[in-house]
This record gives sequence, C-alpha cells and structure tokens, in this order.
Amino acid sequence: MQSRRKFIKISSAGAGSMMLPLSFPNFFSDNEEDVSKFKKIPTYCEVCFWKCAGWAYVDNKGDIRKIVGNKFDPHSNGRFCPRGTGGVGMYNDPDRLKQPMMRKTINGEQKFVNVSWNEALDFIAQKMKDIKAEHGAESLALFNHGSGGKHFGTLIKAFGSTNITAPSYAQCKGPREEAFKATFGKSVGSPEPADIINTDCLVLLGNHIGENMHNNLVQEVADIQDRKATIITVDPRLSTIASHSKYWLPIKPSTDLALLLAWINVIIERGIYDKDYVEKYATGFDELKNHVAQYTPEWAEKITEIPAEKIKKTAWEMAQAAPKVIIHPGRHVTWYGDDTQRLRAIAILNAILGSYGREGGFYLPNKGKLPKMPHPAFPKPKWSWKEMMGDKYSHAHYSVANAFIDATHPDNKGEHKLKGWFAVGTNLTTTIPDQKRTLEAIDNLDLFVVVDTMPAEICGYADVILPECTYLERCDHPRISPHREANFAVRMPAAKPKYLTKPASWMVKKLGNRLGLQDYFPYDDFSEVIDWQLRQIGSSLTDMKQRGVKLQPKLNHDLFIKNGEDYKFKTASGKIELYAHSLEEKGFDPLPVYTEHEKPAKGFYRLNYGRAPMHTFTRTTNNPNLTDLMDTNNLWVNSITARENNLKNGQEVWLKNQDGIVSTFSINVRVTERIRPDMVYMIHGFGRNNKMLENSYGKGISDSELITNVKIDPVMGGTGMRANFVTFITEQPRKEEAAV
Amino acid sequence: MRYAMAIDTLKCVGCSDCVVACQTENNVPQGYCRDWVKETVNGLYPSVELEYRSERCNQCENTPCVRTCPTGASFVSDGGIVLVDSDKCIGCGACIESCPYDARYFHTDGTVDKCTFCHHRVSEGKDPACVSVCPTKCMYFGDMDDPESDVSIALKNRSYKTLAPETGTKPQVYYLV
Repeated sequence: MQSRRKFIKISSAGAGSMMLPLSFPNFFSDNEEDVSKFKKIPTYCEVCFWKCAGWAYVDNKGDIRKIVGNKFDPHSNGRFCPRGTGGVGMYNDPDRLKQPMMRKTINGEQKFVNVSWNEALDFIAQKMKDIKAEHGAESLALFNHGSGGKHFGTLIKAFGSTNITAPSYAQCKGPREEAFKATFGKSVGSPEPADIINTDCLVLLGNHIGENMHNNLVQEVADIQDRKATIITVDPRLSTIASHSKYWLPIKPSTDLALLLAWINVIIERGIYDKDYVEKYATGFDELKNHVAQYTPEWAEKITEIPAEKIKKTAWEMAQAAPKVIIHPGRHVTWYGDDTQRLRAIAILNAILGSYGREGGFYLPNKGKLPKMPHPAFPKPKWSWKEMMGDKYSHAHYSVANAFIDATHPDNKGEHKLKGWFAVGTNLTTTIPDQKRTLEAIDNLDLFVVVDTMPAEICGYADVILPECTYLERCDHPRISPHREANFAVRMPAAKPKYLTKPASWMVKKLGNRLGLQDYFPYDDFSEVIDWQLRQIGSSLTDMKQRGVKLQPKLNHDLFIKNGEDYKFKTASGKIELYAHSLEEKGFDPLPVYTEHEKPAKGFYRLNYGRAPMHTFTRTTNNPNLTDLMDTNNLWVNSITARENNLKNGQEVWLKNQDGIVSTFSINVRVTERIRPDMVYMIHGFGRNNKMLENSYGKGISDSELITNVKIDPVMGGTGMRANFVTFITEQPRKEEAAV
Repeated sequence: MRYAMAIDTLKCVGCSDCVVACQTENNVPQGYCRDWVKETVNGLYPSVELEYRSERCNQCENTPCVRTCPTGASFVSDGGIVLVDSDKCIGCGACIESCPYDARYFHTDGTVDKCTFCHHRVSEGKDPACVSVCPTKCMYFGDMDDPESDVSIALKNRSYKTLAPETGTKPQVYYLV
C-alpha cells in the first residue's frame, strides 16, 4: 500500500523554475579594505546551538561580505569557528527554500506545488482549528531547534498546547542533565559551566573537543595547553584532542562506565578524595565506598583493555589537580541506554574530587535577564507531555522527542494522541533514530508543517513547507545564556530576506491573526519587542546596535562556593547525593552498576559517528562555503580491519547493519591508524537524499539510517545509538535491497 | 622588516577556519584556496601520532617563483612578502611549477594567485585574516626583526621546523612542534 504521505523529491512541480544560478558576492579586494565603509550589524550565529555573537559586515550594495566574532561575547571572544565564518554560505546557498509549498495530489500523483503565503497559512490555520475541534488543542506538537522555534513555541502555547520538544534532549544531552540534577540538584545547562580556563586537569570521555567546535570551550582548552595542564582523553579513536592529550586511553567501546567506577574505587581506596568537601557537602559516601569496592582497576582492565596501572596513574593525576579538575560531562551522551548512570559516575567522580562549585572545576553560572513583553496569559491545557509519557521516563525533566513519536504512532492506544506537528529547524529523520517508526508516525498525522531555511529531508514528508529566512535576514529573541558573567546578545537583520522567505516571528503573527490569537503577537516587526525589552533595563535597540552584547554585572553572584560556606544544593537533602535517593524512589540504581553491552557479531564492526569542525549535522552539509572544506564523509577503518576485508584506501563501499538495512549511498574507505580495529567511524550529517540539495545529494553515507537498534534509557528516555554494527558491501547493492 | 608566521601544531585542531576566513577575506573563488590544512598520521594503533598543519605560501627568503617568472609579475614586496602583480601576470604557470609547496593556483581570472600574508591588512597593522580568526590562537604573526613581536617570542620559546628545508628556499612559515 502506498503511503498517503509518500516522500516527495521536492524538485518537481515548478520548484525548478525558482532555481537561480549561484551568484558569488564580491568580497574584499585590496582597495576596499577600509572597514569604515561597511555597515556593522550585530548578530548571533545560528549555524550551531552555541550561538556565538558577532558582527555581519555589509557593503553599500547591501551584500554581506563577512561575519566575525564580537570580542565582548563570552561564547566567541571575538573569534568565530569555521562554521560561523562560513555562515554567509547559509544566506547564499542556491538550494535554499524559496517560497511556501504544499503537498497536492495532481492526476493521482502527490506533488509539492508552490503556493502563496496566504494559501499556505489559511490551510494551516484551518487544519489547526479542525484538530482543536476534533482532538483538542493539546494534540498539536512542536519539534524545535534554534531561534525560529521559539516563536512557534509562543504560537503553540497561545493555541492551548504545551507539547513542545527538542531532540537536543533525548537524542543528545539529556542523560547528563538528569545525572547532574540527581547528584547536585541542578542540570548542566548550555554552555557547560566547566571552568576549563582555570583547570589543572581536564578529563574527556568520548568528547572530541576541537572536532565539535563548541567555540569558547575549544578556545579555553587551547589556552590551558600553553600552561601544560593535564588532559586525559578516553576514546577508542585517536580524536584530535586525544592527540593533544598527555594521556590517551584507547578504551574498548561501550566500557566507559567500568573505567569511571574503577577511578572512583582508586580515589576512595587510596583516600585521595576531598574529605572535607565530601563531609561538608555530600551524603551517601559510605554506600558509595562499599559499592565501588568491587570495581578494582584490575577488574576494569579486563573489561576496558586499559592497563590497571594506567587507571591508577590517571586517577592519581586527577587527585593531584583537585579541586582544579574537570571530568567533563560531554554533550552528545546518548550511547548505550544506561547513559544517565554513566553520567552519574562522572558526577560522582567530580563530587569526591571536590570540583563542583570550585575554581578550575565547575562554576555556578550567572544568567542575564530581560523583562518579557506582557501578553495575555496562555490557556491552561488539559494535558501535557507529562501526562502523555505517563510512568515512562520518570526522571525526564524535559520532554522526550521520541515519546512524541510514540504518541503519534498508530500503535498508541493511550488517550493522549498527537495529530499535528510543526518541525522548526530540525531534520527529524536524521536526528531521531529508527526512521521507519518516525515515518509511520508522520503518516498518521492530520497536519505536518515543516519550517526550515533548507530543503532538509524532513521537508519531503510535510503537508506544508514554510521557507524561513536565515539568521542573517531576521531578528529573534535576544540570546540569554548562562555564563561566568550575566549577559545577553541581540540579532538584527543584515540583509532583506531573499526570495519569498520570511522570519518565523512574521509567520506566527500571521497565523495568530487567523486563529484569533493576535494579542499574543503585539508587533508589526519583531524588533519592536526587542526594543521594548531593552528599554525596560535602560538600554535600547539603538544602543545595542552599537554593542551587540551587553554584560549585566548587577545580576552576578559568586562563581564559586566560598571556603567553608554553608552552601545548600538543590537536592531533597540539600547535599550532593552520591547515593541518589531520587533515582532509588523510582526504582533505578541509586549507585551506578556496570552492565555489559552488546558486542559485534563476527564480520561486523561497531558503527560510531561524530562531528567535523566545519559542519553542524545536516544543517551545513549543503553550505557552499563549508562543503568547500569538506563535501563528503569517509569511513574510518583500521588497517587490520581493511586487510581482513580486502579493503583498500579510497575504495567505495556500502554498509549493511545488523538488521539488514543497507545504506542508500556509498562511502569511501579511509584506512587509518586513528581507529580501533573493532569499529568504524564516520562524520554525521552526510548522505543527503533530497535531490533539491544539489550540492550535497548522494555524497557519503548517513549514519542515521543505519541506527535501528536503539537502546532507550529507562531513566529519562534517551535514545542510545551506539549499539549498531555494520558490515561492508563492496559491489553496488541491487536497488530493492537499498534502504528506503 | 621581515614578516613571518609561526603555527603551533600542538594546538591546531585542523578546523580550517583559517581557510574559510581567507576565502571570504580575499575573494578566493569557491573550489580554490590560498591556505589549506594537512593531516599527518604516524605509527600503528594505539601508538599513533597526529599532526595538523595549516599550510600556505611560505613567503620564502629564496624565491624560485620570482626567479622563474618571465614578466616580473611575481615579486618580493615590503617585509619579504611575495606578491603577484595580476596586471603583469600572463598565466604561464612557471611559478606554479617551481614552487615546492604547491602554494600557487590559477585563479578563474586567468592569472596566478596565492597567499599574500593579507598584505592589505598587514599594512594597516592588522594580523592576516587566518591569524585573526583562529579559535585556538595557534598562529603567530609579526616582524622577525622585532624581538618583541608575537612570532619572534613564539620561536624563541619553542622548537620548530619548516617544510622542505632541503630545497633551500628558507621558508618564513614556521611550525612549532
């Protein structure tokens, strides 16, 4: 049976007429270097979630010439990463979405047809009303990532639903948020408040700083290398930072928790933990001590393949540096399904070394504040994602994107069903594993609206595609993020929106008008809201156009716990919970227990994936500036593995996973000694399969389509994605074998 | 005055920000570059060493490109910076052949192009674009004749190497190791 919502390659039905040739902007020539000739527009970057503040330089013809960091911004310190520097490629990308499109059936065939904004918005508003009448407003959900999503959040809430989710929780950093909350009473937050600049010992597990270009974090790590601070990197792959580290522990994949428990064992057995700190601030130490007695370094050596002596030596290094030590929580930590427990071990290790709330460990971040422009109170929904998830994932303090898919799926027999989705700036099929299930859920929707700047794969499944203008063409809510100093940053349009694209703030206002929700959007242009907010604190848009970033020193509190201070943690006990009562109450291990994970069958290799510094997932893999730096991924294979499989460097292969899924496209082998023989590795974000992405279509493999064995973290619903194994196919597979 | 650059291979993460910054600063057509990042891997797992090097024209003291240029388009400018006068360049490619570093390319306009150490920025007292943008601050630029310049201090405190010293070109891009 043909799916109602058959994927449509967007290039059909008139979209082709919108294709424009790539026009190269005129960049600086030697006689045009006088910066005073250019307008300087404040922005914060939207190429990744770090959201560095900077300046877009615009010439007198209105062309955006370059983007550079704002030196007063703590995220960038005046230096953008390659993606931020190449952000202008998002604006110039010839493959951008250019006008609204709707799925229509013409002569029995589903097609996307270019439509006017009025037609698209009328259709969406009517469908929203229908869903509300039939199922209740709560059945409308939002998946978001980035600044545009925030505007749609206001719309959804005004409409009467709080079912808003972001894959950045259950597909990325959720386990660390819950582990730190269970231990210290506070989740980690973004950017992570690790005081790297002052640390003497930085410990990284599978956290490839420098390949993930989290800007000020990368900068601080580079700075501590100058003063020879110890870096300990645990990774089965010689990552860039592993090569820069004093200790590289090439661990057997999936055994990190064993290493962490052995480190805790050594530090407690040798009595080199911070006794005063633990006594004053922590509870459950005796239980922890008894629990980890079994996890000796000798025990861990057999599991992790890291020599016991090296485990002891590195534990000693950490204790020597303490409290100026950071066992970094990492960011993408959804690996094996027991991730919250692994992150708990990281939290515990930090706690017994006394690093939390201490200089060179973790600081207590300050957060900026701007008054919100008043609008009517949001209606109270009858149910929310909390009721929808029921007893599942009892420790999830944020909504779980995969639970939204479950609630939409036809096999949901519960009373809380989702019938309409907005996906704003998130390419769901490449973000959330088990694509088949996501597509089955989408097929069961009454309305699916995708808002994006690019024809991401998810667009192919939409009823309506709304083209958002890029961050360089719009203003959004000021960026307010926790850091050492309270601060906020503003974004103003550096250019007029290209083609028929519009900012999300405009879209939600127009939808609001159609739904009788106009009072929630009291502006003609969103800059009026920002100006109002700024005026409440004695600033203004005119002022901020000169600064871009404003520090708010009056809001600051101390960054560190003072010596002997009676500091109260926000746990139930007011102390650091080494033994987590909150987990025990819900039936989970109160102390992390090592469990063995699946191993590859003969002839199969663990599939691992990661980041390249010049790309952010699928968001950038069509960006002309950034594909100039890297236009495909390749498959890292150790020379032993290559020999075993008769693979040569540069050879084209397809991959098949443990469930028989074959990659749509091929990938070239890179034989390298930077990887263990029992695994393969690729950069995430390639293998694009929407033909409208002319620059990237069919280049490399998407790891996402091969991740079908998903290990759900029972604590918070995270999707463990590193239990997938692949084998090589050297001849082009017949088409019917290829993954859909 | 002798401009030079020192690049710390122990800090470089190979992110290629230097490449994209150069492309936007200098109107380098897409698909071409004046600087690039090389990765070298030595050893067998797990005894492996990795080095990233941001490479470009070495602004040599001894310049085969200038010697082989039949029209005088390639010349040594102030501070030892090697430049190409596009009005004089006939696109014969002799300089490209003579460069041991493969640092020159044919621009889409038919002339030869290469790294200028951002001469236009340097003459305003600014760092080259690549140096100014580098997130790890692993690149140092300045005047070798000034003992207080960033590059002089970096070279004084660390051991370093140059690329293909055997060719006798006396490169002025140094790699801290």
